[in-house]
Amino acid sequence: MDLAFTKEEQAFREEVRSFFRDNVPPDTRRKLVEGRHLSKDEMVTWWRILNKKGWGTSHWPTQYGGTGWTSVQHYIFNEELQSYPAPQPLAFGVSMVGPVIYTFGNEEQKKQYLPRIANVDDWWCQGFSEPGSGSDLASLKTKAERKGDKWIINGQKTWTTLAQHADMIFCLCRTDATAKKQMGISFIVFSMKSKGVTVRPIQTIDGGVEVNEVFFDDVEVPIENLIGEENKGWDYAKFLLGNERTGIARVGVSKERLRRIRDLAGKVESGGKPIIQDAAFREKLAACEIELKALELTQLRVVADEGKHGKGKPNPASSVLKIKGSEIQQTTTELLMEVIGPFAAPYDLHGDDGSNEAMDWTAQIAPSYFNNRKVSIYGGSNEIQRNIIAKAVLGL
Amino acid sequence: MDFDLNEEQRLLKDSIDGLLTDSYDFESRKKYMKEKGGWSKAVWGKLAEQGLLGLPFAEADGGFGGGGVETMIVMEALGKALVLEPYLATVVIGGGFLRHAGSDAQKAAHVSGIIDGSKTLAFAQLEKNSRYDLFDVSTTAKKKGDGWVIDGEKFVVLNGENADTLIVTARTKGDRRDKTGIGVFLVPANAKGVTKKSYPTQDGLHAADITFTGVEVGADAALGNPDDSLALIERVVDEARIALCAEAVGLMDESLKTTVEYIKTRKQFGVAIGSFQSLQHRASDMFVAAEQARSMSMFATMAGDFEDAHERSNAIAAAKVQIGKSLKFVGQQSIQLHGGIGMTMEAKIGHYFKRLTMIENSFGDTDYHQRRVADAGGLI
Repeated sequence: MDLAFTKEEQAFREEVRSFFRDNVPPDTRRKLVEGRHLSKDEMVTWWRILNKKGWGTSHWPTQYGGTGWTSVQHYIFNEELQSYPAPQPLAFGVSMVGPVIYTFGNEEQKKQYLPRIANVDDWWCQGFSEPGSGSDLASLKTKAERKGDKWIINGQKTWTTLAQHADMIFCLCRTDATAKKQMGISFIVFSMKSKGVTVRPIQTIDGGVEVNEVFFDDVEVPIENLIGEENKGWDYAKFLLGNERTGIARVGVSKERLRRIRDLAGKVESGGKPIIQDAAFREKLAACEIELKALELTQLRVVADEGKHGKGKPNPASSVLKIKGSEIQQTTTELLMEVIGPFAAPYDLHGDDGSNEAMDWTAQIAPSYFNNRKVSIYGGSNEIQRNIIAKAVLGL
Repeated sequence: MDFDLNEEQRLLKDSIDGLLTDSYDFESRKKYMKEKGGWSKAVWGKLAEQGLLGLPFAEADGGFGGGGVETMIVMEALGKALVLEPYLATVVIGGGFLRHAGSDAQKAAHVSGIIDGSKTLAFAQLEKNSRYDLFDVSTTAKKKGDGWVIDGEKFVVLNGENADTLIVTARTKGDRRDKTGIGVFLVPANAKGVTKKSYPTQDGLHAADITFTGVEVGADAALGNPDDSLALIERVVDEARIALCAEAVGLMDESLKTTVEYIKTRKQFGVAIGSFQSLQHRASDMFVAAEQARSMSMFATMAGDFEDAHERSNAIAAAKVQIGKSLKFVGQQSIQLHGGIGMTMEAKIGHYFKRLTMIENSFGDTDYHQRRVADAGGLI
């Protein structure tokens, strides 16, 4: 057991850090620090910088453009990225559909899609959840019927994140209505510009529009857009969700936010002195930092274990990451609310699509608090996570 | 970065786990508790035979040169088996003072007896009003000739009844809460003027309140600088905290395991109660709490080697906070999920809960350490 980073790992951290310092557009960083939204252009610009450096698809196998980093290097990269902060690579392309395509797709599909994913030539979105299929995802009803050399797709997806920007969607569709629910699902990709695709924005309680409803009305999709085998889509979906385990703790994001809270708490006054001098507040902040340190260590245990035993075998500790990671993210946004106090109230009617510079940054604090209630709901709600621990870890 | 045990560490773990499986079932523990001072000389002898009592001492002093990870392995195993023997008092704390500050003569006089199991130690530190502040010392050590005369009262001294040698904190200069002027002294338990009142503790261990009345010790009694040993005390107590974190992890592991087994077998309404989702989620939360505690126990173990004393103390304080929160939840919910049977002295689970609870109140509780981290400027 050796819990220290090696010299090489520390040098790697420096390399990553200085790359961010030199290459993340300052406005992009500032907006993230202030909790603002980024425009599509700002995100894509940064991802192309990252891709040019060869770090856009760092965890892909080297033959598809990955870096060949160790698990610890990936961890360091993510932590530095989140805590600098810089925008994370678009998960739907790089972390979700990309690995499904290079693992289960044919050569033609790999050639067609992978370079475009890496360079964000296509913005991808995820067609999984449906109005009647949330935690019980396998009950999904969106239908793909074979008709000659086409799939005809009908149905509705929901909670489709940033679908308003999307060029492509990867979609779980029912292709065999007679099979047991997990067995009749296929993984099909298609253009969001196809005839019959309608995107309707959903405004969330923070006032923002991150998620959408997506309707499919006799959408025609070429037959070769099926990834892998027909009716094996559920396996690919499970593979895809298993791939995003360790990033979900978002330790770097919480770290960055805690630094910001400490900084603000030194400036905002309460009782005629900075709120950081209030013992009760200071202890609450320390409590959150301690929880985050424990989570960081838990994450490192999972990372080190992956490095040793491969990604196939899930580490029991990884189930902790989603639950604790989301709780801590929510606590940090609560602490920000506490610091800003009555000035949390003003609501900017113009909203923030990345261009509303006139908006006071404090106006983002309450929306960020409201918005972060989602993190214990998405990606398998924390209640589902507890079911997983009970069954898979404790054998209940 | 590597969280796995190496070959030697795995052997160490197997060896202590094996020893305790053979000699520390719950029924045997009840018998050991009734021996003088509340623990078994025979088990202590076995720990010595396996070299466990010499683990952290340097090879030059007859030990095995083990580090923090080795102590963590042993403490976790001792926790898991709910061991009564004075490993913390003798090897971790007593051994710690000797390793960090003992002169060659002091080490020669004490270390071999610890390693072969013939001698045990106790740490006489707590005072009536000192609570968790290590610098709050009223007991005095006044110079007399080459030696000292010690006067004062110490409380809840673990292993106080059986210890051959007491390690006593006493003030050579200054006022009660001054941070300088504190010394650490080796005092034979049978010295003239030492009186003890022994009693069992809530968790089944034994402790003593000890009064020192004009106790005379020689020049060779002082460990380190008799006028300025607070840093030494803090260092050794930090090591005790690390050890307690590991012990608590072992206790939580066993509590969770026992509880999960219980709810799998206990039937109500015709089914195992573990099939109910409210109980499953509670057990999952216990797992989360125990894993977070394990992570911080590892962090504390790593922090034990930090060069910077401030950074070390802050990290260990943070670990004690996480362990405190986790142990309270795991301990309380273990009783809750056991239901009525968890309330009985007869069931094992309550004894785990009691030991966990006493760890929370040892060397600083959750609030105390949280305040320390907060006042030190946090942990990020």
